[in-house]
Amino acid sequence: MPIEISEKTIKRDFIEKIIKLSGQDINQCFQCGTCVGACPMSDKVDTVPRKLMRMAQYGLEGPVGESQAYWTCASCYSCSVNCPRGIDLARVMEAFRLLTLRKTNEDKVKLSELPEELVKDLPQIAMVSCFRKLTS
Amino acid sequence: MKVTYYPGCTLKTKARNLEDSAVASMKALGVEMEELTRWNCCGAVHSLADDDLIHQVAPVRDLIRAMEQGSDAVVTLCSMCYNSLARANLIMKNDEVKRKTINDFMDEEKDYHGELEVLHFLNFIRDHVGWDKVREQVKVPLNDMKVAMYYGCTLVRPGNVSIEPIGDTKVMGEFLEALGATPVDFPMATTCCGSYQILGNPEAALDVSAAILESALARGAEAVILSCPLCEYNLAKTQGQLTEKQKLSKEVPVYYFTQLLALALGLDSEACRFDLNDHNCLNFLKSKSLVA
Repeated sequence: MPIEISEKTIKRDFIEKIIKLSGQDINQCFQCGTCVGACPMSDKVDTVPRKLMRMAQYGLEGPVGESQAYWTCASCYSCSVNCPRGIDLARVMEAFRLLTLRKTNEDKVKLSELPEELVKDLPQIAMVSCFRKLTS
Repeated sequence: MKVTYYPGCTLKTKARNLEDSAVASMKALGVEMEELTRWNCCGAVHSLADDDLIHQVAPVRDLIRAMEQGSDAVVTLCSMCYNSLARANLIMKNDEVKRKTINDFMDEEKDYHGELEVLHFLNFIRDHVGWDKVREQVKVPLNDMKVAMYYGCTLVRPGNVSIEPIGDTKVMGEFLEALGATPVDFPMATTCCGSYQILGNPEAALDVSAAILESALARGAEAVILSCPLCEYNLAKTQGQLTEKQKLSKEVPVYYFTQLLALALGLDSEACRFDLNDHNCLNFLKSKSLVA
């Protein structure tokens, strides 16, 4: 699907929010794609981090909101430590998650829907970290 | 020698094998691990948003408790706890504005300025016990055992809390050599196991975990060591599923590094706690004649 880049789809306040929340100058990204090579999940997501960064630079709030990629991010920091422009991409992904969660209040994982067996076996840090990152 | 120790939630329940083996090993090496008298969950993951300081309160409170106990360093075993505490500590040490906000908010506690050093257990053994001492105390050398060193993410990223310079990790190798084992480095030693995505996106986490194990096997590893209970879940507890789904060619025994330490020091089964690992872990050690 082509992505429309126009006055209608560019949201300047979205760019400002991302920069403020992440503390990162997203305009530093020059699309080299190092983050994609470093990300262990890049073959499992609908939008690779490089593309998400481009969308963010244009303030494409709609397409960013529709992407599922940052919900598969495990904040492992591989992208951040490898970025040649010094962008902490993990913080940008967190900003995407928080902006979506704060807007929609829609949790990505629901405790009541998790199988009982799984909950019994999982270490607490799995539950705590998952709910911290994927719920509002 | 005495050291202040922060255990974290998982070590008291699902990862008793990590804690029990570490505490017993340190006792054998003449170190008393003094648990913080009061502690709370560190939050498991570091909050990455600039407007979210409330999630720093939990780890900072733990650090304040350690300071109140008269310590100048706090040691952790769990990699995620290490990462959360170390990163919160850096904020308190280096970010004047955030430090003031957090200290003002926590009005019942003493002010904190990042005075403590947060240490991971691996660095603590290296710097405060020493490999020579470990080598001297080894009763059951782990000869002929090829062990892959899995660092995962939170011990080595981001760079400002990495236990060693990124790309130049040596501590697990030195540790294994001191025990008589053969360390096996492998390309995915610091690749994320999928972490909490085992709940958010289980298939993705399982794929990555299987790839990590295959990468270790391809380098000739017979076993894997790690220090994180969530990595242990993803890399060990899912192996039944991984082989069933044909994502993994064969099962690989996975241990907490402290369990191999306890074993090499000649400690008993109550210290090693292999009963909490998968059955293949004990079978492998039996095949090497390391346990009866």
